[in-house]
Amino acid sequence: MRFGHMLASVAFGFATLASTGAKAVEIEYWQYVFDTRVKAMNQLIAKFQEANPDIKVKQTTFPYADYQTKVAAAILAGQGPDVVQLFYGWTDNFIAGKMIRPLRAEAFPAAEIERDFFPIVSAMKRGNEYYGLPTAVRSLALFYNKKAFKDAGLDPNNPPKTIDELVAAAEKTVKRDGSGNIVSAGMTLDMGGQDHQWWREVLIRQFGGAPYTENDTKVAYNDEAGLKALTFYTDLQKKHKIGQAGFMDEGQAAFRAGLAAMTIDGTFRLGSFGTIKAFEWGVTELPANAQGVRSNYASYFANAITTKAEGEKLAAAEKFLKYVSSPEAMKVWMEVVGELPARREVALTPENVAHPVYGPFLKGLEYAHTTLFKDEAAQRQVAIDMANRVLIGGEDPKTSLAKAAEAEQAIIDRAKR
Amino acid sequence: MSAVAHREAASGGLWSRMSLGQKQVIWAWSFLAVPLVFYVVIRFWPTFQAFYLSVTDWTITKPAAFVGLENYWRLFEDPLFWQVFRNTFMYLILGTPISLLISFLVAYYLDRVRFMHSFIRALYFLPFLTTAAAMAWVWRWFYQPVPIGVINDVLSSFGIPQQPFLRSTSQALPAVLAPAVWAGLGFQIIIFLAGLRAIPVTYYEAARIDGLSEGAILRKITLPLLKPTLVFLVVFSSIGFLRIFDQVYNINTNDPGGPLNSTKPLVLMIYQTAFSSYEMGYAAAQTVVLFVILLVISLVQLRLMRDR
Repeated sequence: MRFGHMLASVAFGFATLASTGAKAVEIEYWQYVFDTRVKAMNQLIAKFQEANPDIKVKQTTFPYADYQTKVAAAILAGQGPDVVQLFYGWTDNFIAGKMIRPLRAEAFPAAEIERDFFPIVSAMKRGNEYYGLPTAVRSLALFYNKKAFKDAGLDPNNPPKTIDELVAAAEKTVKRDGSGNIVSAGMTLDMGGQDHQWWREVLIRQFGGAPYTENDTKVAYNDEAGLKALTFYTDLQKKHKIGQAGFMDEGQAAFRAGLAAMTIDGTFRLGSFGTIKAFEWGVTELPANAQGVRSNYASYFANAITTKAEGEKLAAAEKFLKYVSSPEAMKVWMEVVGELPARREVALTPENVAHPVYGPFLKGLEYAHTTLFKDEAAQRQVAIDMANRVLIGGEDPKTSLAKAAEAEQAIIDRAKR
Repeated sequence: MSAVAHREAASGGLWSRMSLGQKQVIWAWSFLAVPLVFYVVIRFWPTFQAFYLSVTDWTITKPAAFVGLENYWRLFEDPLFWQVFRNTFMYLILGTPISLLISFLVAYYLDRVRFMHSFIRALYFLPFLTTAAAMAWVWRWFYQPVPIGVINDVLSSFGIPQQPFLRSTSQALPAVLAPAVWAGLGFQIIIFLAGLRAIPVTYYEAARIDGLSEGAILRKITLPLLKPTLVFLVVFSSIGFLRIFDQVYNINTNDPGGPLNSTKPLVLMIYQTAFSSYEMGYAAAQTVVLFVILLVISLVQLRLMRDR
């Protein structure tokens, strides 16, 4: 009798388990910890679950520093997320490790993606298949200190439009002490910040070159255009003396402290600069060259479906990915995180384009490039060292450029193996 | 039933037939086994794993394949490795003697100070308690150019041209080393003080009665009797400087080990290879090389400085 009782309760237990199992598929979503991103995702998950009561989404977050290692370790161990957030530059690595799967064309038709999203989304495309979609994207713009402009007799509502005007404005706003030391920079020089992107995707193109060829696998900047771009950059310190690499430690710190009139930075800096109380700042598109050629660097975190998701979880993951890359989700993301929507129609509303802060970043997206990094940190280091060889070591730009091209090609070649 | 009882009796018999000494040994080993197993699993096993990884091309995402000594050849052909190798030894060659000399001088004179002795000792020890990361950040700001760098502000107020410090390939390494030496002083001073206190006072009394000068006392009594302390500190601080990482990493987070790799130690190269480029096999090979260097240097030091 007692045995029968036990059996019944076990059977009941299984039945409950099975029924809840049928009621809700639980999928896991992983991203790195960043306050507003987690908050935005929580809102999206709540809305998604309301619309899809049969799916439950569990969000897990990690500090950015360990993020990539942990995701890789978990997926390879057959655990971890069904939907994962990844930097577009990690895509090759994640595909090689069989961690993410291509999006099914029936669920995510390529033609629709290419019609609706900004062209930079192609960085998630391998062959004919897309491996993920972004919710939000980031681009660069020129931040300028309106107070410093006014003090220097410049019009604070008329920021530089060309790189010549940029240099002129910087020359007017820079302040030096009696012995010639810079005490307030006209413009920040910080290759470790966003300047390496500016140099690579913007300046080189504006001087008539291209940073890479063959899908970013061949370094192409070791030529006349690359040399002009590097010389232009290093001359900002050496010839025009409008800024100094390492001044105030970081470019963004100098700008925040009101000790730099201009800096180039990305949308992700808006939150930090938003708390500046001491002065008013403005944003403008990255300056064009004399012929009006503009360029920009855009990047993004995409969401992808992992190889772990199978069967009903795969279906649920696809639904969830569709939702987080929907226009509705992008609006939430922009409000909460302040990042730009990845879909044209959501981003380029007349209201957004006219927005004094978002506007310049959004305009940049139309002509932005996205570098297909193999090892972003190492490739950035190449640019840092290239500038340092000229600025600190006094090497001539041509030699330094050649060394950089060789070093970066070696990094790319090694990753291809 | 009876078989069980029989077995119990037999095992009980074996235990009771043992001597007290044997029982003690068994007890001792069963307690020792816990930390021993822990140590083997947590420390030795990963060490052997690292040796194995160093002959593979594991990158976390791609499965490991055996590549023989390729990682080692690549390392020896890499100019960065030789630069990093030089830097690491510069930290050792500059750091160990300078820090030992300063800490000995401080300890030698502090030993004679009675006024506020504990307070002064605590002041010297304080930096040792501070997190290396926090300290590096503070020093990083000291070294900035005007208007915010304290050192350069002082220099320029005396009309001396400002120094690039961390932005110079020749000044950066000493600039990074200074806080590391400073932070380690407290520990070395305490150890030196303990060593000095351990020398019997009677030797000094006898020497003074014999009319030996202070210099001679230092040379003939203090230093020779301090040798065990010295050996310990030399080995300990050498290992510390060969493994320097957090000071370097935090004093220049945007360009760790820069500028132009002039401050990059081997440990930082390993870290970047493993956790930034994810080349685990290559990083493991570097780790093995570091292990060998540490081993050789420690053995050489112990041999040179052992009592004859």
